[in-house]
Amino acid sequence: MSAANVVEEQAGFEDGVLTEQYLTFIMAEEEYGVDILAVQEIRGWESATPVPNSPKYLKGVINLRGTIVPIMDLRQRFDLPKVDYGEETVVVVLKIFTDIGTRTMGIIVDAISDVYDVPIGEANNKGLGDNQNSNYIKGLVTVNKHMVILLELQNLLTIDD
Amino acid sequence: MSIDLSQFHQVFYEESYEGLDAMEQGLLDMELVDPDPEVINTIFRAAHSMKGGAGTFGFTQVADFTHVLETLLDQIRSGQRAMSQDIQNLLLKSVDCIRQLLQDLQSGTQADTEETTTLKSQFEAILNDETATASDDGQPPEATTPASGDSDGQGWHIRFIPELTILQTGNEPARMFRQLADLCDNNMQVTLEYQRLPEFTSLDPEMCYVSWEITIPCAIEKNDIDEVFEWVIDDAEIIITPLSGHDIADHSSSADPSNEPQEVQSEQPKPTPVEPKPVEKAAAKQPAKTQESSSIRVSIDKVDSLINMVGELVITQSMLGQLGQNFDISRVQRLQEGLAQLEHNTRELQESVMKIRMMPISFVFSRFPRLVRDVSISLDKKIELVMSGESTELDKTVMEKIGDPMVHLIRNSIDHGIEMPADRKAAGKSETGTVKLDAYHQSGNIVIEIKDDGAGLDTDRILAKAMEKGLVPEGASLSQEQIFDLIFQPGFSTADVVSDLSGRGVGMDVVRRNIAALNGSIEVSSERGKGSRFVIRLPLTLAILDGQLVKVGQEIYIFPLVSIVESIQLDDRSINQVGGHSDVLQLRDEYVPIVKLDEIFHIDTENRSIEDSIIVVVETDGEKIGVVVDELLGQQQVVIKSLEENYRRVDGISGATILGDGTVALIVDVSSLSKMSGPSLKISDSSHQAA
Repeated sequence: MSAANVVEEQAGFEDGVLTEQYLTFIMAEEEYGVDILAVQEIRGWESATPVPNSPKYLKGVINLRGTIVPIMDLRQRFDLPKVDYGEETVVVVLKIFTDIGTRTMGIIVDAISDVYDVPIGEANNKGLGDNQNSNYIKGLVTVNKHMVILLELQNLLTIDD
Repeated sequence: MSIDLSQFHQVFYEESYEGLDAMEQGLLDMELVDPDPEVINTIFRAAHSMKGGAGTFGFTQVADFTHVLETLLDQIRSGQRAMSQDIQNLLLKSVDCIRQLLQDLQSGTQADTEETTTLKSQFEAILNDETATASDDGQPPEATTPASGDSDGQGWHIRFIPELTILQTGNEPARMFRQLADLCDNNMQVTLEYQRLPEFTSLDPEMCYVSWEITIPCAIEKNDIDEVFEWVIDDAEIIITPLSGHDIADHSSSADPSNEPQEVQSEQPKPTPVEPKPVEKAAAKQPAKTQESSSIRVSIDKVDSLINMVGELVITQSMLGQLGQNFDISRVQRLQEGLAQLEHNTRELQESVMKIRMMPISFVFSRFPRLVRDVSISLDKKIELVMSGESTELDKTVMEKIGDPMVHLIRNSIDHGIEMPADRKAAGKSETGTVKLDAYHQSGNIVIEIKDDGAGLDTDRILAKAMEKGLVPEGASLSQEQIFDLIFQPGFSTADVVSDLSGRGVGMDVVRRNIAALNGSIEVSSERGKGSRFVIRLPLTLAILDGQLVKVGQEIYIFPLVSIVESIQLDDRSINQVGGHSDVLQLRDEYVPIVKLDEIFHIDTENRSIEDSIIVVVETDGEKIGVVVDELLGQQQVVIKSLEENYRRVDGISGATILGDGTVALIVDVSSLSKMSGPSLKISDSSHQAA
C-alpha cells in the first residue's frame, strides 16, 4: 500500500474539512499524537531482553506473537527525565512503511490520552526551531485549546547512535 | 473482456527456466549418434511450450527465436536431420541466449538482440541448407509437412460450421479468424452463411446460427490452420481443402499481388530488423539483476501430509479443550497424555513445514554437466563427471547460496586438479579424469563431496607460495593439514598462469566465507598424484539451530552448538595476561584468547572474578576463542528469528529466538566476536601463530 493510499483512506470529513485521526498520549505533562493508522496495538509494559551495544533509549526486544520487536523509551529518546515503569505505563506498537518494507517497533509512553480528528494541513512547525528533537516532530496543532505534538514516525523509529 | 496477463508472467518465467534447464539437460545427455527419441521429444516439447507461452504473453522476440529452434528440432525429431556436434553446440548456445532474453524481459532491460540475430541466422542457414541438400537428393522440400491433405503451395479453403452451442463453451470465432488473418498477413476472404438463422422471435442470442467460408490464398501450412481450430474441433465441422489453381484465380483479385503463393518462406518468421544501438547494448551488458524467485513448487504429497498433521493437531486441541472444560485433579494423567500428544503433533508439523522448503540438491547439480563440458573443452582436458545423491534434500535458501561456491570448487578441480591427458597417461592413469560429486545426510548435516582423481594438492608449492606472499614466516614447518588450510587464506592462488577460469586470487577464501555464512564448514584432504577431496558440511536448514543456552548476568544468550569445542571450569593457573590487559587461556598446549561477553556486550554482572566463571571454547574460521560466561544452562533447538527485520544488525549477534517461557534470547555470532574484542586480541593471535 502506498503512502498516498493510506492518507486517502484515513481522511474523513468533519464540517467539510478533510481530517486525519491521531492517537494521543501523555508524556511529561505534554500530549503527543501519532498517526492512528500506524498504531498496531497498545499493550502493557513487560520486561524486554536488552540488546548489546544499543542506544540507551532502546530498552530491548520483546516477543510479539513470534516476531522480535524492539521497544524504545520515548522519554529517553527525547532526553526527558526518567520515570519508573508502573501500572499505567503502556507500550504503543507502531508499524510504519519504509523503503525496505514494514518496520514494527514499540514506544513506551506514560499514558494513553485520546483520539482526535485533525484537519489535514493544520499542523505547523512554527516555533519548533532547530533542536535535536525537531527532527522527530511533524508539527503542532491545537485541539480543545491544548497543544498536541504530532510525531514524525519515520525519523523517530530510525535507530541512530 | 480483457484479462491482465501480467499476473501470469512470473509463472511463465519460472516454467520457461525449468524448460530451459530440461533442454540443457537433454542436450547434454544426448548421444550424437543415434539419439534417444524420447530425449529429443523432451527438448522439443520444452521449446514448444516456451514458444506458446511467449506468444501468449506477447514476448515476440522469445517466440520468434524459439520458433526457429523448434523448426530445427522438429526436423531432428522426425529423423530428417542427423544430430551433430555443431547443432548441439548451437542449441546449447541458444538455450543460454533464451535464458538471457528472459532475464532481460524480467528485469525490464533492453535485450541484447545482436546475439539473437546471429544465432537465428545460423539456424536459418542450417535450415535453408537442409532444403537445398534435400532437393539435391531428389526429396521434395515439402517433406517437412505431413503428406496428408498437403497444399500444393497455393492456399486453402476452409468451411467452418460451428455447432449451435459453440459460444457457450467459451470459444470465440472472431478470435480464431484474427489468428488466421495473422497467419496470412490479413490476406484472406471470409464469407458468412446465415441460412440457418431462425425467425427473430425464436432467436436465442446465446446460439451461433451462422457459419463461415474462408479462403486463404497464401501458402501456409495445414498444421498451422489445424492449430487455430484445435480447441473447437469437437464443437464444429471443419472442412479444409487445398485451393486449386482455379480457385486462386477466382480470389486473386482480392489478394495482395505482392504476396505470391510460391513464397514458401512466408511462414518463417522474418528476422526482426535489428539495429544494435551501442549505448543501450552497453547497458544491457551489465549483469542483469535478477530477483530471487520467491515461490517454490511443493509436491502434492508434502501438502497432503501437512493437511493430515493439521487434522491431527485439531483433534488433539479439541480433546484438550474438552478435558479443560470439566477438569478435576483425577484427570491429570489424561492431561499429560494430551500434552505429550500435542508436543508430538507440533514437532511433526514443524518437521513437515520445514520439508516444504527442502528441495533435492539436483537443482544445483544439474548445472554442472554443462559447466564441466564447457570447461573441459576450453582446456582440452578429458573429464567425466559422476554425480550421486542428487535426491538429497536441503533447504532452498541454503541451496541458492551453495551453487556459486560449488561452481568455483569444480572449476578449480578441473583447472588445477585434473592434469592434461598426456600427463595423465605418463602418470599411468586413464586419459579421462573423473570429477565426482556426492551428497548425503550425516547426523543432521548435509555433506557435499567434490572429489577428483587429479594431481592432488602440491604441498611444497603451496607452502612456497604462502611464504612468498608472507602468509607464513620463512622456515616455518607446518603440518599437512595446516598447509591445506592455507589455500583458503585470502589472496592465495597457486595457479602459475592466471587463467580465465581460476587463479585470479579470489576464490577459495570467498568459498570458505560463503560456506561459513551458511553455518557450514569446508575441509580438504588430498594425496599427491591421487587427487583431492573437498567436503562441505552444511546445516539442513537455516531456520533452526541446536543451541547451548548460557547465562551472563541476568541475560540468557545462545551459542550455536556446532561452534562449541568444549566448556571448561577455570582455575586461575591457566589464565595469563598479555600486555597487561588481554587475557589468554592456556588450553593444553595452545593459547586461546579470551573474550568476556559481559564486557563486549556491556552487561552488568555482580560476579566479576574470572575464576568462578565458565569458559566456552568456540571455534570459528579455524581459530579458537574462549568466551567467559557465568553459567551454562541447557541445550535446546531454537528457531532463528530475524533481529534486523524490525531493528538492525547488531555486532556479535546473529539473530534472536523465543524461549519456552515466551521471552526473547539473543544468538551469539561467534565469528564476529573475535573482531569485536579489539586489536589487543590480534597481538595475542599472531604471537600464537608464530609460536
